[in-house]
Amino acid sequence: MTAVSTPASLQQSVYAMDNAEVLRIRNDFPVLDQLVNGKPLIYLDSGATSQNPLSVIEAEQEFYEQRNAAVHRGAHHLAVEATEVFEDARQTVADFVGAQYEETVWTSNATEGLNLISYALSNAALWAAQGRGSSALNALAIGPGDEIVVTEMEHHANLIPWQELAFRTGATLKYIPITDDGSLRLDAAADIVGERTKLLAFTHASNVLGTINPVAELVALARRVGALVVLDACQSVPHMAVNVKELDVDFAVFSGHKMLAPTGVGVLYGKQELLDVLPPFLTGGSMITTVTMERAEYLPAPQRFEAGTQRISQAVALATAVNYLAETGIDRIHAWEATLGQRLVKGLESIDGIRVVGPAAGSERIGLAAFDVAGVHAHDVGQFLDDRGIAVRVGHHCAQPLHRRLGLTATTRASTYLYNTTDDVDAFLDAVSGVRAYFQA
Amino acid sequence: MSLDQLYQQIILDHSKQRHGSGLAETAAPAGAATGQSHQLNPVCGDEVTLRLAVSDGTVQQISWDGAGCSISMASASVLSELGEGMSVEELHSVIDNFREVLRSRGKVQADPEILGDAAAFEGVARYAARVKCAMISWVAAEDALNQATA
Repeated sequence: MTAVSTPASLQQSVYAMDNAEVLRIRNDFPVLDQLVNGKPLIYLDSGATSQNPLSVIEAEQEFYEQRNAAVHRGAHHLAVEATEVFEDARQTVADFVGAQYEETVWTSNATEGLNLISYALSNAALWAAQGRGSSALNALAIGPGDEIVVTEMEHHANLIPWQELAFRTGATLKYIPITDDGSLRLDAAADIVGERTKLLAFTHASNVLGTINPVAELVALARRVGALVVLDACQSVPHMAVNVKELDVDFAVFSGHKMLAPTGVGVLYGKQELLDVLPPFLTGGSMITTVTMERAEYLPAPQRFEAGTQRISQAVALATAVNYLAETGIDRIHAWEATLGQRLVKGLESIDGIRVVGPAAGSERIGLAAFDVAGVHAHDVGQFLDDRGIAVRVGHHCAQPLHRRLGLTATTRASTYLYNTTDDVDAFLDAVSGVRAYFQA
Repeated sequence: MSLDQLYQQIILDHSKQRHGSGLAETAAPAGAATGQSHQLNPVCGDEVTLRLAVSDGTVQQISWDGAGCSISMASASVLSELGEGMSVEELHSVIDNFREVLRSRGKVQADPEILGDAAAFEGVARYAARVKCAMISWVAAEDALNQATA
């Protein structure tokens, strides 16, 4: 780092990513170097799952070749080494999102993280009713008459756990509506988040619309009434700088596989004062202090929420992925993907019969775009693109209520990452422009 | 395997001119036993509700409503056209044959003598992700047939 301050405009021109750098980056990703249906693979499905750089794949292999052992038990050399890299990985990932080490819990993925919060909260009601645990649980307990608020744009992972929490506790689930161009209606949100609201859960960035939600405004609404805030950061942490402390959310979740890491590992962030009093979700080995025939006492977070042998090699690989993102520069990645996102939307909007969902070209969005093709089902669009070596996602993208709200059953989505060039986007647009003619629509 | 072998013209035609489409518009023949089945593919949201009318051991009518990709819609249309007028046993055997071809990953060739226009779906067998699209209305027909003849 230089001590000389550089004007923002110059910084952009000096440090911005370009196609040449992206092509160098792409060399780090073995899976991207292949032909699909005789054409070079163009991978535009990172919103579903991202690819792994060689360093991440090697980190996992190295763990198994040199350090494999169960963590937090056993005094032998390998167990000590495994525990060390496992906990170092936690610190690396915590630092990446501005969390404390104790506030960073490993999960299988974001879905498990959200279910963990949901079950810890209904367990809180059970504990509070029986006078078990901290008296702070009384304020966290959710019951009949209480309200849980989500939005119309949620992924099923940040919707169904709250439907089920409402079912278990007798609380009511309410929705913040969206505008036709895919933004949250903050005017309505101010009415919906009220005195009865115990929890507000929303996505940081929509996996379908590409919208980036105004976290500060929503957090302010929740704070006004003392509600907890849960942030689904699946589509933000991999693509932009996220600091959970600055955002002041109570919980945040994200998945490793969407940020260059393997499947099977994700992260739950929770404020320490909450994690330390909430009852556990899964119980068993490694998360206890004293166990008798009758009951058990639990460790503080993070171990409190990490029952059983953990996903150790995946955590180590996730830390390696975080280092890869940090070394490339998460702000530079964000800027590059914003460019790709705008190019996608602008190009799609110029093709006859295409309806892009979410913010129009020129408005802020992450580097993805979902769209409907008049007269052609998304599945057929996806098949046509696959024939040209282009991988996209088709369907409802685990957001059925959102699609119903948009009057659609399925869309096609192209989502970019740091290894996509503007040429990828252009090849995709060129292919999409031929879809309706092919299907005689 | 080219895309054109998957999307044969007969499939594109049936996906637009859908035989038997419209449950409300087609009343079941009087006196016929009917069965109705709703099938959903949760992966892509393809949906078919199919009603089948049987009298004197013959399939009199196959009507359906659906929403989905061209493969799933064309398949329902072809099935409706092909199945009407068949005996219950014939339709069962044609459904079994269609399933065998579709699940064979391209190893079992479609016999146009048995499958008629449905033989055009042979190419789908090589696209594992699309087999369910082609099968959805046939699964509904089998269920409806069992109900109508129970």
